[in-house]
Amino acid sequence: MSEAIVSVGDRPIREVNKEIKAALANGDSVVVRDTRSRHNIGIGLPEGARLRVEGSAGYYCGGLNDGAYIEVERNVGWSVGEAMASGDIIVNGYAGMSVGSAMRGGLIHVKGDTGPRCGIAMKGGDIIVEGKIGYLSGFMSHAGRIIALGGAAGACADSLWGGEVWVAGPIESLGVDTKVVEPTAEEVASVEELLIGRGLGDNSRDWQKIISAQRLWHFESRDASAWLMI
Amino acid sequence: MADDMKTPFEYPFDMPSEEAVAMTDGAVSERPAGVPSSYDEGGSISWTPESISEIHALSRLGRYQIRGFNTFNKRFPTFDDLTFVPATMTRLPLEGYRESCDSKTVLGGGSGLVEKPLELDIPIYIASMSFGALSANAKAALGYGASKVGSMTCTGEGGMLEDERRASQTLVYQMTPSRYMLDLEHLRMADALELIVGQGAKPGTGGLLLGMKVSERVAGMRSLPLGVDQRSTVRHPDFLGADDMQVKIEELREATDYQVPIFVKMGATRPRFDVAIAAKAGVDVIVVDGAEGGTGASPELLLNHTGIPTISSIRAAREALDDCGMSGKVSLVAAGGIRSGTDAAKCLALGADAVMIGTGALIALGCNSPRYFDDYAALGTAPGKCHHCHTGLCPVGVTTQEPELEARVDVPAAAERVARYLTALTMEITLLAKACGKSSVHNLEVEDLRALSMEVSAFTGVKMAGIDRVFSW
Repeated sequence: MSEAIVSVGDRPIREVNKEIKAALANGDSVVVRDTRSRHNIGIGLPEGARLRVEGSAGYYCGGLNDGAYIEVERNVGWSVGEAMASGDIIVNGYAGMSVGSAMRGGLIHVKGDTGPRCGIAMKGGDIIVEGKIGYLSGFMSHAGRIIALGGAAGACADSLWGGEVWVAGPIESLGVDTKVVEPTAEEVASVEELLIGRGLGDNSRDWQKIISAQRLWHFESRDASAWLMI
Repeated sequence: MADDMKTPFEYPFDMPSEEAVAMTDGAVSERPAGVPSSYDEGGSISWTPESISEIHALSRLGRYQIRGFNTFNKRFPTFDDLTFVPATMTRLPLEGYRESCDSKTVLGGGSGLVEKPLELDIPIYIASMSFGALSANAKAALGYGASKVGSMTCTGEGGMLEDERRASQTLVYQMTPSRYMLDLEHLRMADALELIVGQGAKPGTGGLLLGMKVSERVAGMRSLPLGVDQRSTVRHPDFLGADDMQVKIEELREATDYQVPIFVKMGATRPRFDVAIAAKAGVDVIVVDGAEGGTGASPELLLNHTGIPTISSIRAAREALDDCGMSGKVSLVAAGGIRSGTDAAKCLALGADAVMIGTGALIALGCNSPRYFDDYAALGTAPGKCHHCHTGLCPVGVTTQEPELEARVDVPAAAERVARYLTALTMEITLLAKACGKSSVHNLEVEDLRALSMEVSAFTGVKMAGIDRVFSW
């Protein structure tokens, strides 16, 4: 596999993405340079694609990812890997708001901290954050795992439908309708296995696994007749 | 009797009896004279029987009431407050029974950015209503009916249902804040994408689907626990304001390779400003959903007390696009309480490029039809006034996930009724357009209308009937 270089500069992003896709279709792995933190780099890339972003990227980097491997050298803005179905995204620096929002599968690995609402509306897959996850992370997530190694800001895991937020380190405050449960040995092994695959294995972590307390799953009644106007 | 009323005057006869003063002779005891009708009827403007029973309900339930359908606020104006003024001496009419009138409608072609603008044969399409709120049979029937007449449907919140994609030749894929089952493949199978920032029935609040309707299939598509009362987010997970939405729209264009138009749907609240901002954000089509818009379930207070009327939102939206120089570049769709071709024609005259029909289409499917009377009665209602979509016990199978109820929507027959309804609406629009001398439905204009009340003249900027002046617009 040869390496194609795509320079972003101030060109229209449509042209940049077209060039990225053409190079990927040609079987090349792609290096993106001179990114100037532009938005929408590498949208909807297919399985087998390999993209390395030199420097930082703006919003929606790797958005709607469909199986690609994407590595960002430095930081990303909002919504990296939003709605991705599968694939692997690594951010070597920090990430802004809404990491992996509404993602359905695959893995996002952020080496620094994230902004607020990490994993919001997540439907599946895993997010690993080596640093701290921001305010309201995991808000109304449905499924999947958010794994934070450096603690969590306030309102952590607020209003989860399902899914899990794993935090090693301090949690500033829990969100509404959450409960911290003791993970089973198998669950810990599964998380550790994922982390070992990323070179982050450490058996000494003190995990707090947060799940939905399910009090917001329902109004007070499960009976249809209770919903008739009285 | 007050002291100062005491007089020395004395009748030249005996004081009458109290019975005689009370006119009891010949009267019946149940209807004494001097008892005002308010004793029976009440009459307080605040404490009406409705507001009293509402308090009793709230004090029993400890929560707001929830229901489906649309606003019951009787202070809203209706389309009937406007009338057409067809061609007479100053204009020449077309032959209403013979000459043709073009109804072809293109949405999303104005920016020149989109490879495949939507080309509809009629200026009406089926509103975004989710699988979940509606049964799969209802979704399929709407799709086939719309396809037959060259129109389209919209997925609504619950993801893309295979039955609907099969049925609808043209399908808008809606992206709600909750992003249920957002699938790149579905995105690429869609003929347009719609970002929803609000709906007319409950602007500012997310979707609601009570647990009775969160069936295995619905829960699976939305990746929700089975049977939860789904109360969805209203803010998008990946953008907040209009400037961010502009970046989001670019992302969606990249994901779909600039093939399909991007819609934004909003509840009508401040359309003059909201529409201008949406146009600036780079959307191709703006859907303004008036407060009369329907819903499968909503807190009732939001239905009745939020948003502005459809007829007032259209003029504001059109003027906003005119002011920004975006008319012709961005298409405007009006929705909310449109029942007939006459209503739709009024929307076009007020400035809409197309209209979206929700509840009307459900009624064509069979909503509120006089069948299965016992099932209506079990809900405490009757055909013609049912608004119990939220219970999932729709007696005619339109808004339910119960298999035995859903089977009451006979897909082919319901599809044909939808097709005929849309055809009839289009005939009504073209009849009015031709009477106004228009060879295209899109040539209908505000000058073709007059308002029947000062209030509606002020709401819409339409001239008052008779005086031919706009009342304080």
